[in-house]
Amino acid sequence: MILFELIDYDILRVIWWALLGVLLIGFALTDGFDMGVGALLPFVAKTDVERRVVINTVGPVWEGNQVWFVLGGGAIFAAWPPLYAVSFSGFYLAMFVVLAALIVRPVAFKYRSKRESTTWRSSWDWALFAGGAVPALLFGVAVGNVLLGVPFHLNEMLMPRYDGNFAIKFIGLLRPFALLAGVVSFSMLLMHGAAWLGLKSEGAVASRARRIGTTAGLVAMGGYALAGLWLAFGIDGFAIVGEVVTDGPSNPLYSEVTRGGSWLSAYVDRPWIIVAPLMGFGGMALAVRGLKAGREVSTLLWSKLGITGVISSVGLTMFPFILPSTVDPNSSLTVWDSSSSHQTLFIMLVVTAIFMPLILMYTAWVYKVLWGKVTEADVTGNSDSVY
Amino acid sequence: MEFDIVELSRLQFAMTAMYHFLFVPLTLGLSIIVAIMETVYVMTGRPIWRQMTKFWGTLFGINFVLGVATGITMEFQFGMNWSYYSHYVGDIFGAPLAIEGLMAFFLEATFVGLFFFGWDRLSRVQHLVVAWLVAIGSNFSALWILIANGWMQNPVGAEFNPDTMRMEMTSFFDVLFNQVAQAKFVHTVSAGYVTASVFVLGVSAWYLLKNRHVELARRSITIAASFGLAAALSVVVLGDESGYSASHTQRMKLAAIEAMWETHDAPAPFTAIGFPDQEARETHYAVEIPWAMGLIGTRSLTQEIPGINQLVEEAEVRVERGIIAYDALQTIRELRDATPEDVRATFEAHSEDLGFAYLLLRYVDDPRDASQEQIAQAAEDTVPTVAPLFWAFRIMVGLGFAFIGVMLYFFYRSSFKGQTYPRWALWAAVFAIPTPWIAAELGWFVAEFGRQPWTVDGVLPTALSVSHLSVADLLITLAGFMIFYTILFIVEMGLMLKYIRKGPFQDVEETDAWEVRHEHRLRTHDGKGPFAPAGARAASAVDDVIPGTSATPAE
Repeated sequence: MILFELIDYDILRVIWWALLGVLLIGFALTDGFDMGVGALLPFVAKTDVERRVVINTVGPVWEGNQVWFVLGGGAIFAAWPPLYAVSFSGFYLAMFVVLAALIVRPVAFKYRSKRESTTWRSSWDWALFAGGAVPALLFGVAVGNVLLGVPFHLNEMLMPRYDGNFAIKFIGLLRPFALLAGVVSFSMLLMHGAAWLGLKSEGAVASRARRIGTTAGLVAMGGYALAGLWLAFGIDGFAIVGEVVTDGPSNPLYSEVTRGGSWLSAYVDRPWIIVAPLMGFGGMALAVRGLKAGREVSTLLWSKLGITGVISSVGLTMFPFILPSTVDPNSSLTVWDSSSSHQTLFIMLVVTAIFMPLILMYTAWVYKVLWGKVTEADVTGNSDSVY
Repeated sequence: MEFDIVELSRLQFAMTAMYHFLFVPLTLGLSIIVAIMETVYVMTGRPIWRQMTKFWGTLFGINFVLGVATGITMEFQFGMNWSYYSHYVGDIFGAPLAIEGLMAFFLEATFVGLFFFGWDRLSRVQHLVVAWLVAIGSNFSALWILIANGWMQNPVGAEFNPDTMRMEMTSFFDVLFNQVAQAKFVHTVSAGYVTASVFVLGVSAWYLLKNRHVELARRSITIAASFGLAAALSVVVLGDESGYSASHTQRMKLAAIEAMWETHDAPAPFTAIGFPDQEARETHYAVEIPWAMGLIGTRSLTQEIPGINQLVEEAEVRVERGIIAYDALQTIRELRDATPEDVRATFEAHSEDLGFAYLLLRYVDDPRDASQEQIAQAAEDTVPTVAPLFWAFRIMVGLGFAFIGVMLYFFYRSSFKGQTYPRWALWAAVFAIPTPWIAAELGWFVAEFGRQPWTVDGVLPTALSVSHLSVADLLITLAGFMIFYTILFIVEMGLMLKYIRKGPFQDVEETDAWEVRHEHRLRTHDGKGPFAPAGARAASAVDDVIPGTSATPAE
């Protein structure tokens, strides 16, 4: 089959690198507000009816939103197998915690209101809090660790190997910079959840959400700025040595990588990427203003823009690196040496080109059908069909 | 017993996968049953069908969410626990998983919310379309997962690339139309339909025994029995198809399932029952059905099916060829582009046996240093443990045939005996509820345990596929999953039972009003049996008890 050579290997790699970003951003924009709402739940809603209102704002959509996460996993597996292999086994216990949180969350949504007991309901409320807050924090920690580099190497059979025992591996993830990144992602998603609640709920719940969201947005902006400075002055970047082969076989050991310089030198080489952090700051600032002023649709859109900016700034800054290694820089995974084969990338692109527009269309339709605020009357009047 | 990373990883995978598969079959089948009920509702406009849709839909939802939640573990644990596997075959195996997300999972998950929340926001037809999209999404999901799994059983359309040290896809269509995957897909979804049918049948039977929701229960039984009968037949037929395709793709698995130690003159007999003895390589007290195995496996009277001993001899040859491939691979790794053509040619000629050389890594660091005994031992290792496979398979098949009998019986009573059922049959249906799950789990056990010692048959040994983890890592997650999943299971069962006990919400006024409006049409059926007298119907909705003999479920 020669069809796949219609698109060059290096171009396919860049497209799939961008699609990886699209999936992560899609996840953060949709499931992000579910996580934010979960983390806000105990603080914005006091009575049972209020809590049910909050839960029902995301009730019909969280399931579809969560698929972005699952699809993200599937796409990394299909398009970037070495990344899938190295990162998930390297972040083993952290991944387990994330999985546990993401497993308990759907169950909590679905089961919480199925019994009257107060203990039952408040237990699930805290499960929803953990199910939202823990992944929101840990995803940021993971991104922070990716920027710092991870202590792995590939042996001669390209088996991923890690330094240190399990405790060091888990605690080792909680480095100061990584924690800062965690704070950024956590507060950013809190802001996003607040923007969602501002749109979908009313009265006391909405105003509490806006108040917390305003603070969270400011924290996110401050943290993001601090992380930028830290990257500029405190953290070494990585660089490929010598000629960069962009369409060679996907074997990380074929290229030589050094540690040194700064990640931010990317902004000298490709000045246009400054758009991303500007979008991040701008979006978050306008979202904060919108939360204060009580605007609804525009606030959510600004919040989405801010998140898109923040996430894409990480990818654009690191390009072409995806997962650098601290102990053996040559093992580092880059866009040019850790993708699937030419043919697989092509086939997956065709499938994505067919189905992604369909997904966006029907998702938009579902949101349109569900448009409007969730009120206390909606919840108390329809106990059979809502959560 | 000393803990070992490979064994613990296998245990964790088996546990989480089998747990996930407690919820999947019911989702597959119930989504369709619910959509069928809603179709009847939209076509007839009869309120009771909407009440049925909502009631079974509620149970579907309680089950569905755990299927989704535990499926997340499945999507990520290849990378977490099987990182070398992920690297080695991700180029092929990842694609169907990603396509599953794009094509199927997005569909079902996006619309399932609307199914529950959209009753008042959508027109009848729109809501029906949503119900079917959920059902189609769920079933397509199974298709892609089974294409991925089918490739592990029969790795077609791929070859080893020495530059990237992994398998790469050569033909997407071969992977897609893998005969093992196709047979597996229909077999598995049919098993899901049987599971849901038995579930609906059992719960409805319980209502009849308790004289509750009689109208709903009778209709549900009719749907379950007819759908279930078709599905039960399909499971067995496609199971046979799997056996046929296994006879040329997974010969060792087939021989192990049958405890067929020696190659038998064609046509081989089928051992209905016996006691396989792995040490002695024979099956004690075997009861054989002449010709049956040959007919099932080859659909001919002349083709031979190789026995375990012959397959071990073949494996020994492949281990030796694998060593040649391994040797050439080392040269290619060293010299890369400068590798002489003849070395590359040698590698390509032997690369399909490379995985067999990897079996030696259990005994030596470099397969080229292996002694003749070690080679023989590696060949010996290709035999899975026979007895559990032998028994699991027979129990599964026995249950499969029993489901046909049960469905046939209820179909007959429902169609020709005026929807009346004897008490013993109803009780039997209630107690049959767990059996399809047993059959389904045993089916997975046979498929996966029977493939050992490989994760990808003949390509990658299980022992090599794991991640670089510590025993402590695995014990933590294993314990975590066990505790966590046990709690979720208890919670789920509690809710299921609560909602079954609570029963459907029946809007009496709506139902009565509808029936008064359509009295002229319903009258023609009176006296024939399918419908209880109008008075009894009203009574059943009011206080859940049907007075009088004509409507009593038990004869």
